[in-house]
Amino acid sequence: MASYTLEGSTGTWEIVCGLEVHAQVISKSKLFSGASAEYGAEPNSQVSFVDAAFPGMLPVINRECVAQAVRTGLGLGAAINLWSRFDRKNYFYADLPQGYQISQFAHPIVGKGVVEVTLSDGSTKEIGVTRLHLEQDAGKSLHDQDPTKSFIDLNRSGVALMEIVSEPDIRSPEEAGAYLTKLRQILRYLGTCDGNMDEGSMRADVNVSVRKAGEEFRTRCEVKNVNSIRFVMQAVEAEAKRQIEVWESGGEVRQETRLFDPSRMETRSMRSKEDAHDYRYFPDPDLLPLVLEPDWVSRLKASLPELPDAKTTRFVSEYGLSAYDARILVMEQATADFYETVARGRDAKMAANWMMGDFFAALNRTGRSIEDSPVSAANLSGLLDLIADKTINGRIAKEVFEAMVETGEAPAAIVEAKGLRQVTDTGAIDDAVEAVLAANADKVAQYKGGQEKLFGFFVGQVMKAMAGKGNPALVNEALKAKIG
Amino acid sequence: MFDFTLSEARDALRARKISARELTAAYNRAIASLNSQINAYITETPELALAQADAADAALAKGEHGPLTGIPLAIKDLFCTKGVRTTAGSKILSPFIPPYESTVTANLLRDGAVFLGKANLDEFAMGSSNMTSAYGAVTNPWTRRGDNRPLVPGGSSGGSAAAVAARMALGATATDTGGSIRQPAAFCGITGIKPTYGRCSRWGVVAFASSLDQAGPIARNVEDCAILLGSMSGFDPKDSTSADMPVPDFASACKRSVKGLRIGVPREYRMEGMAPEVETLWQQGLAWLREQGATIVDVSLPHTKYGLATYYIVAPAEASSNLARYDGVRFGARTEGGHDLTELYENTRADGFGAEVQRRIMIGTYVLSAGYYDAYYLKAQKVRALILRDFTEVFRDVDALVTPATPTAAFGQGEKMDDPVTMYLNDIFTVPVNMAGLPGLALPTGLDASGLPMGLQVIGKPFDEETVFAVSAALERAAGFTTLPTLRAGA
Repeated sequence: MASYTLEGSTGTWEIVCGLEVHAQVISKSKLFSGASAEYGAEPNSQVSFVDAAFPGMLPVINRECVAQAVRTGLGLGAAINLWSRFDRKNYFYADLPQGYQISQFAHPIVGKGVVEVTLSDGSTKEIGVTRLHLEQDAGKSLHDQDPTKSFIDLNRSGVALMEIVSEPDIRSPEEAGAYLTKLRQILRYLGTCDGNMDEGSMRADVNVSVRKAGEEFRTRCEVKNVNSIRFVMQAVEAEAKRQIEVWESGGEVRQETRLFDPSRMETRSMRSKEDAHDYRYFPDPDLLPLVLEPDWVSRLKASLPELPDAKTTRFVSEYGLSAYDARILVMEQATADFYETVARGRDAKMAANWMMGDFFAALNRTGRSIEDSPVSAANLSGLLDLIADKTINGRIAKEVFEAMVETGEAPAAIVEAKGLRQVTDTGAIDDAVEAVLAANADKVAQYKGGQEKLFGFFVGQVMKAMAGKGNPALVNEALKAKIG
Repeated sequence: MFDFTLSEARDALRARKISARELTAAYNRAIASLNSQINAYITETPELALAQADAADAALAKGEHGPLTGIPLAIKDLFCTKGVRTTAGSKILSPFIPPYESTVTANLLRDGAVFLGKANLDEFAMGSSNMTSAYGAVTNPWTRRGDNRPLVPGGSSGGSAAAVAARMALGATATDTGGSIRQPAAFCGITGIKPTYGRCSRWGVVAFASSLDQAGPIARNVEDCAILLGSMSGFDPKDSTSADMPVPDFASACKRSVKGLRIGVPREYRMEGMAPEVETLWQQGLAWLREQGATIVDVSLPHTKYGLATYYIVAPAEASSNLARYDGVRFGARTEGGHDLTELYENTRADGFGAEVQRRIMIGTYVLSAGYYDAYYLKAQKVRALILRDFTEVFRDVDALVTPATPTAAFGQGEKMDDPVTMYLNDIFTVPVNMAGLPGLALPTGLDASGLPMGLQVIGKPFDEETVFAVSAALERAAGFTTLPTLRAGA
């Protein structure tokens, strides 16, 4: 793909960007305690004494969270470190009960990996993953509940996060968006993070710098806690433009942490490097190093689901789809599964067209997700079967589909109830043809005079007369026989 | 009643010669009459103790008894006790009533023990004199011959040691991060063991320095320590550093012969300026072991001299982080009046922590800071590994080590307060044992010139408390140490 650049007054600039993604691990309980990790409960209803850092409480690693991190590492094609260690990151804040976050600073559980992204022009690019580590989330400070007090909700305190750090391989807002989209897709496929950015279960810190072609990296700034893919793309662009302006006006970009304000499409300084915390990392003496059995990792690897790239390739070869269509159907695991249920043993291309056409449109219109779709995979399959065995024609199928969306009923039942079965009785078709031709003698004359386009009109009239239920092929045949 | 050792009281209870209620009531009275002088207890729980004693009597009546049924104990106020205030000797935890029971105390309750109250200690277990407690100093039940000036009981488990020595409890729980069981045991003329790191669960014990903290018992003699340790020990899945190892029969190990054992004498423990009577006591101990068939071997622990310096980096570093949770937000004391979160922290922590705790938090914060981490913390970790290696190599050749427990006998209250480093020197013989995670037991074997008890330390291989008990029991038999402190119940 043509490289993305920004034009400044002094020339052409290139963006250098890397992302640190915080992804909340899907697990029943927290990283180091038995409290529930579920989202949306009453404030402070899911807090153990460990999460609230009561005296003498000790962390115990949750095996499932470790498995989730390993699965994610494997899904990113990354090296799994059989020996890793937890460190304490020390700082004071009201929603950080221990006064430190348990994280993996020096020895992460997952090392280098790679994410391949597909860009809008169909080209692909590999974005390197530097590392993935496990850490605890903090609680939540609520400053807007009382004029003089802040409230603390510790439900999130201690929930497991994966921090996934990319290499500075991203060169455009589009690449940033594509990387985050792909990463989210892989995590959702793996079932290791739900990727719900609006619930905060996935958020990104965006590192941006700019440079002229051929230069070494210049100073970068970190835009913290961006919580949608669109905002990440906007933040990359806004921050890059700001830095270009600073450099071009003779200034110097200072390393600092910034926040993105989507309403003004700009980033604002949060704290400079000089104000940065000294986190005083040191190995957590309450925890032993995390040592993984190679066999255990192998078993996790063997149990991984088929991931999007492999599935896309298979959809192309197995179902004869275009790469573009395959990618759309593979976007979500649930969609891909739905599609396969419908496509298996049927006209796969037709199944794809129905899914990407009427079906997606219906979901959009009704605001439903594929998981609670009014039309089940079995029912869409049934509809395709009714078309295939000529019980209904394509036009009636659309009508039946709309009824399915409305009622959730099976297509066969709708066809029966509404009497939509296709008419293949040639006598009935012939009668309808006769009647239409008789009623439109003038047009018959015009047709015979050479206006062949009118054939379609006759077909339409016959279908209308038969309330749409005529078998289109037979109607055509009968008309041809009469007016040839 | 007060002459019973723990094992004798246990037998008398089982034989129904005495009732648990009688025994507990006697100890309650001893506390009531002596605590104003000794201040061994921060919180007394006489009613709770009697209720537990009644339950013990009911169990004994049915012939259902655990290893400790009806035995009244003092619990160091660092162990969280459900429904009973736990202060860690600090003002910052003055209002704290834990809604949970530490694993060690839960084990003791499971085995039938009776809890008399919460024993005084140096604040957050930081100290060697029990002078840093926010609840007042503890007075050693011993005094120098012809000199009534109050002495320190040692620390940090000063309340536990004083309570046992003054017969205000039959035994006590304690903790040891750099010598906090062994030094006060030595100062108070009783016995205490810090077991191998990982032997007792740390769950529910207020943390000082997590990689060094270890619970253990203080009692009147070696066997009583063995009995208590047997109940306190055991794997706990709630403590990731707890060892998944079987708990041996420590009490029967006390009866083992030392014949054929090789006992190491580390030459680096012969400090310059050490009192001649410490040397005499040491040589006497070695002679007793030789007489019982042990072989005495000179050994070298070359990194001993770095032990104290290393300890005073590692322990404060961990403490600075462990104590961050005392911020006035969720539990404990809070000092109001601040205008923002930072002021809330500053006011609460300035009010709530005493000078020694503040000093150690500052030292710990400093050694972990960017730019200093490598020179202090990382270097200290490396030296710690060398100290451990010293012991590992020596233990290829010997079964146990015998050293003095402390460089001096108990000192006066108020002494050594001007210079923290002098105070820190108290732990010179005990600290390396914590750095290496080994078991170490201190027991009294003699008196110094002024009539104060002096102790020896027996150090063992990791998870070989049994040999430690065997050697200690042999020393105890030979020493026949029977002198009692002036201040005591039943005197």
